[in-house]
Amino acid sequence: MVKLSRVVNILKARPLVNIDDDLEVYTVCGADLMSDVLVFSQQKTLLLTGLTNPQVIRTAEMIDIEAIIFVRGKKPPHETIELAREKNINIFYTAKSLFEACGLLYENGLRPEKMEGI
Amino acid sequence: MKGKILLAENIEKRNFQRAGEASSKLKDILRKLGLNSKLIRRTSIITYELEMNVIIHSEGGFIEVSIKREEITVIVKDKGPGIKDLKKAFQPGYSTASDEIRKLGFGAGMGLNNVQSYSDKLNIKTESGKGTTIEAKIKIER
Repeated sequence: MVKLSRVVNILKARPLVNIDDDLEVYTVCGADLMSDVLVFSQQKTLLLTGLTNPQVIRTAEMIDIEAIIFVRGKKPPHETIELAREKNINIFYTAKSLFEACGLLYENGLRPEKMEGI
Repeated sequence: MKGKILLAENIEKRNFQRAGEASSKLKDILRKLGLNSKLIRRTSIITYELEMNVIIHSEGGFIEVSIKREEITVIVKDKGPGIKDLKKAFQPGYSTASDEIRKLGFGAGMGLNNVQSYSDKLNIKTESGKGTTIEAKIKIER
């Protein structure tokens, strides 16, 4: 387990909606396709994605993802930020690529979730 | 017996603005019923995938979710055009979604697979040119 504040530090990420720095992150998922994200069903997963539309927040909401970091320096549009605020989802952005961000978190002990039903 | 209806909503085709709202509403209702979070997540994944399918691929449809003591039933019915090749639609990665849809993050070709993985029972009736009805059942373990 790694605290969200530490993840943010590792990725030099900047906050957009920051509700809970003490959030405990157990697993990480990196994806740009939302159905790929929905393969996961456990809680406390952090999502790294390059996609910034409001559907990312909806997808996170469905599986109780509590933190999202947008990669490649992409800032999401206003509607995405508003929906995240409404749904109490922490969102950040980092200049790092999806590959590098995942690599850095893996190096720091975070692991993927075991996939169910596959 | 049909059980108590928790949600009955129309789903408009190509309305990405409202996409996921029905599933989000259902999730709140399930939470208020005090069901366990894993069951809620499974149900949410199923309804969200099916809701997106109607928005992306169909001429519009509706979703109805009902609950009995032992199970949740999700019924999603659309007005067509039907799934041409159901076997292919279940192949992981197979998708007929346009590039435009894929840019939004959908059309990964995992939708029906996800629905199947999280359902205890899945029944699909589809007729080319007419429409598709999908019924998913999720057992409630008490």
